[in-house]
Amino acid sequence: MTEQNFEAAKSAPTSADDDENAATTKASKQVIVPDISGILDQIDAVLEKNSEEFVSGFVQKGGQ
Amino acid sequence: MTVHRIMGIETEYGISSPNNLGINPTILCAAVVNAYSDFLFPGRSKPMRWDYYVESPFNDVRGYEVERELADPESWTDIDIGMPNLMLPNGARFYVDHAHPEYSGPEVTNPRDAALWDMAGDRILDVAAGMASELTGNLITIYKNNTDGKGASYGTHENYQVARDVPFDNFVKHLTPFFVSRNIWAGSGRVGLGQESRTSGFQISQRADFFEARVGLETTVNRPIINTRDEPHADPNKFRRLHVIVGDANMSPAMTFLKMGATALVLSMIEDSALDLAIDLTDPVLEMQSVSRDYEFAHELQLTDGTSLRAIQIQRMYLTAAQNYMANKPHDAMTQEVLNLWREVLDALESDNESLVGTVDWVTKKSVLDSYRLRDDLGWQDSKLKAIDLQYSDIRADKGLAYLMQRNSMTTELFTDLEVERAMINPPEDTRAYVRGKSVQSYGQSVVGASWESLIFQISPDEPLKRIGLPDARGYSATETAHLFAKQDELIEFVSNLEQLINEQH
Repeated sequence: MTEQNFEAAKSAPTSADDDENAATTKASKQVIVPDISGILDQIDAVLEKNSEEFVSGFVQKGGQ
Repeated sequence: MTVHRIMGIETEYGISSPNNLGINPTILCAAVVNAYSDFLFPGRSKPMRWDYYVESPFNDVRGYEVERELADPESWTDIDIGMPNLMLPNGARFYVDHAHPEYSGPEVTNPRDAALWDMAGDRILDVAAGMASELTGNLITIYKNNTDGKGASYGTHENYQVARDVPFDNFVKHLTPFFVSRNIWAGSGRVGLGQESRTSGFQISQRADFFEARVGLETTVNRPIINTRDEPHADPNKFRRLHVIVGDANMSPAMTFLKMGATALVLSMIEDSALDLAIDLTDPVLEMQSVSRDYEFAHELQLTDGTSLRAIQIQRMYLTAAQNYMANKPHDAMTQEVLNLWREVLDALESDNESLVGTVDWVTKKSVLDSYRLRDDLGWQDSKLKAIDLQYSDIRADKGLAYLMQRNSMTTELFTDLEVERAMINPPEDTRAYVRGKSVQSYGQSVVGASWESLIFQISPDEPLKRIGLPDARGYSATETAHLFAKQDELIEFVSNLEQLINEQH
């Protein structure tokens, strides 16, 4: 998805917030958010709850 | 038949224990490898060791050897520091590489097998980490990625056997622009710009920010686009092992397949002097980063002759050269598959890259990120997006986002679960990985040490150890040695027969 299209999608009216309507055809200027929106709640369910802690806690030593 | 050559992939994984954040990662790694060792070789008193006799990490392909004292201690990969080091029944190496568990897949002869045994490695890590978590009572998590976003990077290395008599400069000249541009489809995506993610944003490649040199021997600092390590693990008069450190880890097997296959084609063209592309980038290191930050493919890479090319144009030039090269040569279905996929991916990148969701890792990752940005109104600095980036590569089937998409039939699949399970326990049949893997399968408790080129057996406690050299990477395959294993002889008989077979060959 291009940045332009993304920005357009963000400022679009309420249909952009509706997961079901997100997978529309390409007729409109808003480029589809691909099917991903349909699985966001599945992703929500497995995503680490405290993302700040999760991310800051992931520290590695350099490798090859 | 040019996607076919000896090749293999080594992956250093990220490792963490969320409830023990201060713990020394080497300890976590040892727990993971040891858990798997205990599973494979229950009740074993002495752990398996790596046979370092033939390692030569200080040999530079440019024809000299670096003094050990001058080399970064991190590069002293030839010393046994007492960490577990396993030859697996599938012919792979599984060990602790400093602070990362590393799975080095067995030698294979083609990109599909490379991707299969690479995927088997992910499953092995998952099993091993699960066992270690249970044994230690602490959750240990594994990530198939290349950076913590805080300045550390670790690699996914590709290895290709190439002809020794090709001047190394030819590899440098032709591979540099290929690798710099390859990330447009091979990259796995990253939230954060700069080695320490000081600038927020998204980039195509996990590794690009960590490359600081054009050519060099190092792998842990001052990383070069073209690595000059010269450890062929084969007849040094005939072969080199090109050690490629520049790529990202891929969750998508299609991208692992394409990465190995397309690169193999480029190598064939180099070996045959069939590439006349004169793409001399003014600053390849800078361009690696510029290409990575340009996911709309507008950036023009500067050439020393004053012209410029976009990354996608460079890839097209290599693809076209490969298509022309293969046009009047007989070639097999797999080679054609690589060419087709390469073309489809480039076409899609230029037109409708949404069709690449589920195939190209960075596109897949970005589509998830964009959906969250939209729904939750997030900026690139938001930790939720960094969490998604990281969790994309979690190798647990029930937590990893790449696997979640696979369950939703959103990803390009290359292998059945059964094929992957088989590759976890069986070696490829067409390289020396076969004899190593089968020896470990059948006589594992008596294999005291191994390397790519050797097996060390303990026949009996009071006799000296028996070392069998395996100098030929294509040798001692199923065709030549399966009958030895089928006999199910006692160890002493088996070793004697194996030795005799090898002596007859050399």
